[in-house]
Amino acid sequence: MGPALKLVVQRIALGLLLLLACSVLIFAGTMILPGDVAQSILGQSATPEALANLREELGVNDPPVQRYFEWLFNALQGDLGTALTNGLPITESIGNRLGNTLFLAFWAAVISVPLAIFLGLLAVRFKDRWPDKLISAVTLASISIPEFLIGYLLMYLVAVKLRWFPSVSMINDSMSLGEKLSAIAIPVAVLTLVVLAHMMRMTRAAILNVMQSAYIETAELKGLNMFQVIRRHAFPNAIAPIVNVVMLNLAYLVVGVVVIEVVFTYPGMGQYLVDHVSKRDVPVVQACGLIFAAVYIGLNLIADVVSILSNPRLRHPK
Amino acid sequence: MKNIPVSALIGLFFTALYFLMALFAPLIAPYGMAEVVGDVWEPSSAQYLLGTDNIGRDLLSRMIYGGRTTIFVATAATILSFTLGSVLGFFAAVLGGWVDQLLSRFVDLVMSIPTLIFALVVLSVMPVTIPILILVMGLLDSTRVYRLARAVAVDIEVMDYVEAARLRGEKTAWIIFREILPNALSPLVAEMGLRFIFAVLFVSTLSFLGLGVQPPEADWGGIVKENKEGIVYGIPAALIPAVAIATLAISVNLVADWVLNRTTSLKGGRG
Repeated sequence: MGPALKLVVQRIALGLLLLLACSVLIFAGTMILPGDVAQSILGQSATPEALANLREELGVNDPPVQRYFEWLFNALQGDLGTALTNGLPITESIGNRLGNTLFLAFWAAVISVPLAIFLGLLAVRFKDRWPDKLISAVTLASISIPEFLIGYLLMYLVAVKLRWFPSVSMINDSMSLGEKLSAIAIPVAVLTLVVLAHMMRMTRAAILNVMQSAYIETAELKGLNMFQVIRRHAFPNAIAPIVNVVMLNLAYLVVGVVVIEVVFTYPGMGQYLVDHVSKRDVPVVQACGLIFAAVYIGLNLIADVVSILSNPRLRHPK
Repeated sequence: MKNIPVSALIGLFFTALYFLMALFAPLIAPYGMAEVVGDVWEPSSAQYLLGTDNIGRDLLSRMIYGGRTTIFVATAATILSFTLGSVLGFFAAVLGGWVDQLLSRFVDLVMSIPTLIFALVVLSVMPVTIPILILVMGLLDSTRVYRLARAVAVDIEVMDYVEAARLRGEKTAWIIFREILPNALSPLVAEMGLRFIFAVLFVSTLSFLGLGVQPPEADWGGIVKENKEGIVYGIPAALIPAVAIATLAISVNLVADWVLNRTTSLKGGRG
């Protein structure tokens, strides 16, 4: 396990460093930009006293480095500050919403990952025949339409015309799992469609890449049947690229969720972020930005660690 | 140029059509952009070809003017991201050393935050105007172009003719613009098509979230936002921009595919 372990530790350290640098970037992006935060919150007609008060409250008068470290240490202890708009602690508001967002993303992933891998295999099996071409065409179409429009398209067809599911996805704690699932059925379908295309295309490419290797040809020539070739030779080598594909798309899902939550007025992190961007509530935006970046970096980290661990050359050094 | 495949021809035709519509919007649009001409959400008729919107403006006119804004913002952002990204990418590849390291690590950092999230963070403190929008989109997208330009230029930089130019005593600027740029142009042009589509989708998404083009100015994402309440009552006005965005994106894709195939076959399929 020597070299593999070392690489994994290095990769995790790099991930933490990246996250730290991201926090600097997010903080700098909201604080040191030319726009005056107090002015943009209060608008052009604000009185000088109100501006001075708000600047005091935001701590804009302190040196930025000091404010950054205060913010970072509080965030590490789970205190993300208070929202400017309603004065509530951000951590409490986020807790519940983060759960809702993960609930939505989880079900989208549960449906889309196996489906994408299955369809990707199908496309490889029928390469250059009609199932492959159909899948490519659908992929091109779904990449060309923004997420929110796919959302409204499905809402119009399924919720308004067919009346199968509600068009608004409000959920709360008193609902049973079944009720919750019925409420999020359309958003989950939209998210699935959005990531399915990417995931399928990348799975297809990854498997085709493995199937064209010399050792697959050798295995076929020595008389193994198709099933054994795939199980013994193709699959172990395709794990790393496929996990990579899945993780990249889960990371993509995290961003897709933001827009879809707004479309279906779903009480999650994305809606919270977008709401407070238009209200110019800087602490909330920073907190949400940091959490989204952390999830995104975390998923990319897992993808890299899995691909290191699944590489036999690194696991069994000479 | 003579054997253009049918798919690329269709793509070229529709792309040109959209750009011409954007250019000549005031001549083509039957009504003014913000002119209230009829009732709320009238169905399509001979008078209003696509019907009217949530406050009774002609939807076709708004779509034409909206396309103008969307295409203008996306084009400007793409030009900015390409100029900046490719020049920096070429410089990093040619100079190497700490300039390359510094730029590449910074680009890695920016790319580790999802584009939409980063744009939202920045737009929360900036006034949302069209120049700011173009700047934010262009700068964020230039990181992707930088990656590609650097990768392409690193390959070209080791060619004999670049070394010959160096030995002749040419300056860095000559090497970048006279030796590397002409040879890196084809993959960059193909990528430009894709980046343009992403810019269209991105500005539509931002406008839909209310953080892009501001009313009364029209754009495709904004039209969805204005008419989304109609969906629940079975009024499909909000879905019309979907058709426009999808056809534009698919046609640009077809053209980009053709450019990419043409350049790879020129290089003997080296890809």
